[in-house]
Amino acid sequence: MFHVEHPGPMSAPARATSLAALARRRLVRNRPAFAALVMLVAVALACLIGPLLTGHTPERIYPDLVRTAPGLAAHPRPETVRPAIDRLAFRMRLAVADFSERDGTVRLTLTSDKRIDERSLSYLPRSDLFGPPTILERAEDGRRLVVEVRIQQLHFLLGTDVLGRDLLTRCLVAGRISLLIGLTATLVALLVGVTYGAVSGMLGGAVDALMMRVVDILYALPFVFFVIVLLVFFRAGLWLVLVAVAAVEWLDMARIVRTQTLSLKSRDFVRAAQALGLTTPAILSRHIVPNTLGPIVVAATLLVPRVILLESFLSFLGLGVQEPATSWGVLIAEGSRALESAPWMLAAPAGFLVVSLVSLNLLGDGLADALDPRLDG
Amino acid sequence: MIGYALRRLLQAIPTLFVVVTLSFFLIRLAPGGPFDLERPLPPAAMENLKRLYGLDQPLIVQYGRYLLSLAKGDLGPSFSFRDLTVNDLFARGLPVSATLGSLALGLALLLGLGLGTLAAFRRGKMTDRLVGIGASLGLAVPTFVTAPLLQIVFGLGLAWLPVGDWDGGSPTHLVLPVITLALPQIAAIARLTRSALNEVLAQPHIRTLRAMGLPPWRVALQALRGALLPVLSTLGPVAAALLTGSVIVETIFGLPGIGRYFVDGALNRDYTLVMGTVVLVAVMVVAFNLIADLLAAVVDPRLRLGA
Repeated sequence: MFHVEHPGPMSAPARATSLAALARRRLVRNRPAFAALVMLVAVALACLIGPLLTGHTPERIYPDLVRTAPGLAAHPRPETVRPAIDRLAFRMRLAVADFSERDGTVRLTLTSDKRIDERSLSYLPRSDLFGPPTILERAEDGRRLVVEVRIQQLHFLLGTDVLGRDLLTRCLVAGRISLLIGLTATLVALLVGVTYGAVSGMLGGAVDALMMRVVDILYALPFVFFVIVLLVFFRAGLWLVLVAVAAVEWLDMARIVRTQTLSLKSRDFVRAAQALGLTTPAILSRHIVPNTLGPIVVAATLLVPRVILLESFLSFLGLGVQEPATSWGVLIAEGSRALESAPWMLAAPAGFLVVSLVSLNLLGDGLADALDPRLDG
Repeated sequence: MIGYALRRLLQAIPTLFVVVTLSFFLIRLAPGGPFDLERPLPPAAMENLKRLYGLDQPLIVQYGRYLLSLAKGDLGPSFSFRDLTVNDLFARGLPVSATLGSLALGLALLLGLGLGTLAAFRRGKMTDRLVGIGASLGLAVPTFVTAPLLQIVFGLGLAWLPVGDWDGGSPTHLVLPVITLALPQIAAIARLTRSALNEVLAQPHIRTLRAMGLPPWRVALQALRGALLPVLSTLGPVAAALLTGSVIVETIFGLPGIGRYFVDGALNRDYTLVMGTVVLVAVMVVAFNLIADLLAAVVDPRLRLGA
């Protein structure tokens, strides 16, 4: 009920504000909801393009940098360079006669009793800590080498996991999967639920009773049951999770839409459409479904976080997304197993998950308020 | 009212029947059997095992037998826990899960209704915002994150409470699992209560009560009665889920409840255990939905006419 100046006989016709414009204005004015929207866009963008910018690939394993704590500092840390060199020299079966470090490069003098096989120097770059070596000087018949290597500058903002993979990159890549599942499963649930609910409500009578009975039965089936049965039929994975989650979540949507349809179908404009001879599918698509869009949008926004939560629950149990693909649920499961030695492995993915879910919930609430025609513009 | 309850119970029988039938055939369609080991059994032993459990019969005969024993309340022998029947397993595990679940439900109702009411009466104030933020966090943090966090903080860090184990149900061992179970429900109930109360508080009869000068707590009681309905309608499935145990909480805290049985049973192809869990959960859902509807009729007399 927006406030309209009472138009005088000669005044210009009052500009009507469309419901969509009104809702948009309300949403922008609702600060928590708008902040949530911005946050969501930020998380989604980070997940989409972030993995290209972190400088690591999600599968890359740094065996020498396992369980690195989060931080801004570059790795390897200065105090670990000498021990690392000693360790590598031991593996190369060489002695370090001289060691000096300057401007991010190390100059080594390596000695041995025998002639040094220069191929063994490949141990240095292979350790992830150093770049390719350049030999500056060969002396004593190749038994003494002066070698210069660059110290790598690796950054792990959120640390590394128990295998030595960059956690930030993994969280962002996992976010792609989690968000993808959230959106796709919601979309599927939306399509199935809206169609089912609208048809059921529109047809009414025995068909409606039967269709709602089916929904009741599906409600009484334990959800995990579906998933496990699907899991043993097909191989566990992304698509299975999508199907399983959507198969469960369309029920609520169907109920909401059915209730709305029941109240809409006795309205005059629907009766008029019937009197004009429109077919039932046409009435459904042109009059019923568009009028239920408000509650549907709200329900869908609130469904996305539930789907993401379900997926992470399944992945936590090991029934969801399978390696090498990963999702926030998978990462949280890994993190809770390594909780005592590397608490950031739980904190990082859980943080991403919680921020996304809170934002989605806030946005859903904001949308519900914005689309509520009873509130003032 | 009794007639209504009876009619609802009768209506539930076909639902349960379809659930049982559907699950029975779905789980049998899955490849693999309960006696598949890494080293296969000799064929003769396999034959004997199958004969012993009646698995050599045609599927439809097995189904008929299962329905018959189910009607007598016998859920059959477990395949993975040898020498135990599914009834035995439930008799052991259900008290654990139900204790945890009912405590969590009680806590969730108490705190959820309380916080939701507080927020509605302090609408737009600091309290309201805090409850709102707390509720969105409570809904967003999954139990498999809260459980290890609680263990780390209260179990290992402060060493106030044990990290896990059942220990005959001693109260200290109950605290952390119950809190873990209750947190998301507290959040959900608080949110629902708040929004339902806000709606009720705007209605004329509440304005009248306020104008008559009733003390706020009397107004709150009156308003809460109207706001209880939406809360009650969601409570059925929640109560059923809480009382039949949570896989996550029981695994993380090492509790011998029935939450794990479903997942373990399905992975081991323990047909009777899976079926037993399905039946139990379905019965619970039906029962608690009925209880919730009856309570709703108690709260709101208008609903009795429809009965």
